[in-house]
Amino acid sequence: MTNHAGGVEGLPREKVEQFDRELAPILKRYPPDRKASAMIPALRIGQALFGHVSPAVQALAADRLGTSPSRAEEVATFYVMLETHPTGRHLVEVCTNVSCSLTGGDQLWTYLKKKLALAGAGTTADGRYTLREVECLGSCGTSPAMLVDEEMHEQLTPSKVDQILGSLT
Amino acid sequence: MSETLVLSARWGKPGSATLASYRADGGYAALDKALGLEPSVLVDEVKKSNLRGRGGAGFATGLKWTFLPKDVRPRYLTVNADESEPGTFKDRYIIEHDPHMLIEGIALTCYALDIHLAYVYIRGEFAKQARILEQAIEEARAAGIIGPRLLGKKDFDLDIHVHRGAGAYICGEESALLESLEGKKGYPRLKPPFPAVVGLWGKPTIINNVETIANVPWIVQHGGDAFAALGTGKSGGTRLFGVSGHVNRPGVYEKPCHYNLKQLIMEDAGGILGGRALKAVIPGGSSSPVLAAHEIDISMEFDAVKAAGSMSGSGGVIVFDESACMVRALARLSRFYAEESCGQCTPCREGTNWMEGILHKLEAGHGTAADVDKLEQVANSIAGNTICALGDAAAMPVQSFVKKFKPEFLRHVEQRCCPFGDHGWGLTQAPRDAVAGPVRYAR
Repeated sequence: MTNHAGGVEGLPREKVEQFDRELAPILKRYPPDRKASAMIPALRIGQALFGHVSPAVQALAADRLGTSPSRAEEVATFYVMLETHPTGRHLVEVCTNVSCSLTGGDQLWTYLKKKLALAGAGTTADGRYTLREVECLGSCGTSPAMLVDEEMHEQLTPSKVDQILGSLT
Repeated sequence: MSETLVLSARWGKPGSATLASYRADGGYAALDKALGLEPSVLVDEVKKSNLRGRGGAGFATGLKWTFLPKDVRPRYLTVNADESEPGTFKDRYIIEHDPHMLIEGIALTCYALDIHLAYVYIRGEFAKQARILEQAIEEARAAGIIGPRLLGKKDFDLDIHVHRGAGAYICGEESALLESLEGKKGYPRLKPPFPAVVGLWGKPTIINNVETIANVPWIVQHGGDAFAALGTGKSGGTRLFGVSGHVNRPGVYEKPCHYNLKQLIMEDAGGILGGRALKAVIPGGSSSPVLAAHEIDISMEFDAVKAAGSMSGSGGVIVFDESACMVRALARLSRFYAEESCGQCTPCREGTNWMEGILHKLEAGHGTAADVDKLEQVANSIAGNTICALGDAAAMPVQSFVKKFKPEFLRHVEQRCCPFGDHGWGLTQAPRDAVAGPVRYAR
């Protein structure tokens, strides 16, 4: 059963205030009676601040947007970029769809698994990296490609991958 | 012979994304011209231009605009920048290199259709592109181009906002996009009513692709007839074709919309990698039926590709050379559709998983000839039986791959393994010329 014990009141107060500060300008993009449209941006702000979109973060977003927590949960569980569970500190997402695959995406995937000592998609023992395959990133002409912490890297080679991961804190 | 570049003329220029650079090259002159015209004149020019939607369906843009009910306000414009169809990577370059062209196109469209609020729905993975576009919109707002008065001279208020998705191919489907923009999961809606009648927040909404809208400034500036003349028959203008896979020079090429597919691959994109033989081409994004090597000497115009049994779709051309395993390629594509099916309709939700399972079994050498038949049956059971086009999009590659490459499927069965080995592609590959960003047309 999902643990709903940690409600909004369980979230650190200063982070909730930060959430509200970041959400305010986003809300101006939608008509005042259509605040619920900001669900994806709200959950993304929450994810950046709290690490993942936990039930408490979903409840926070729903409260601020005047909608139900189930609406927030529906969105949080539908979109792949919204994480409902904790991930490693850095998220490494490799495209293995056809255009990337035809031009080295599979080797890139194999290389990263080996480099991070993972058998497949997963999080490293030290919690530093979460590695996974993702669908087409729209980088087919500059393949192979990956996202690292939501930033795109293209025309990858093993040495470029080493450099990118090496520059992370 | 010099070719007209409608969309990519400014790509690669230093600072091309800035307002100053856009204005120095004559940007926002079309908007200035339009403000002296009746909005209906703009709609007529777009109708005359034979502009067809660049997102994949190729629907006549001017005609779509006329579906708005006359007396219902407000109306909204939503620009589809959810570019997620495998093999498609063109809209991102418009946003990266010339975001003000898109903004001017939005302003013109809104002026033409009496729309005062527009959203650009951009896929969540395009973080950089979203930043560039938001910055350009901010620049346009600060310069008074949009806001309470268009170009600071016309009492017509317009606001444009970027709305970022969060990873869902289905949100490129226009009604799923609207659901997502309303803060919900991306479940496509039953149609009719179409979005032009009942769209965002229940109001009439026009949804056009980025590339479609980016053509509007040129059409207003040069006239619909001139745009139509760049193309052929019922398809006006140029298109951005993205070529990827086994070619020497992958990239985006702007060409007349009836450009020859073989020429695009063999000449512009530099031919097949390593001098190997061509095996197959997906001509218009992963959903379009595959063409065998001997079938590619065709015009890329929408109706011409349809006549050849496929779709010009999004203009995303994926090239396979002889080293590629078509079963493996299809297995990967089927995984994509299974992953991206929203789950609303049973044939798609269940069928895409069945197809993926059968294909992985075949690729692993554990399949039977009956599995190949079952694969086709499942695809046929999905096609036409779902709310949105994702079901068809998942079925069409399966139907066409099996039809055109059946011996290759059966070889997997007979040899009880993939005849191309565990790594059918990629490993023998020499690195390609690094192509930074799009390749522009030059002759």
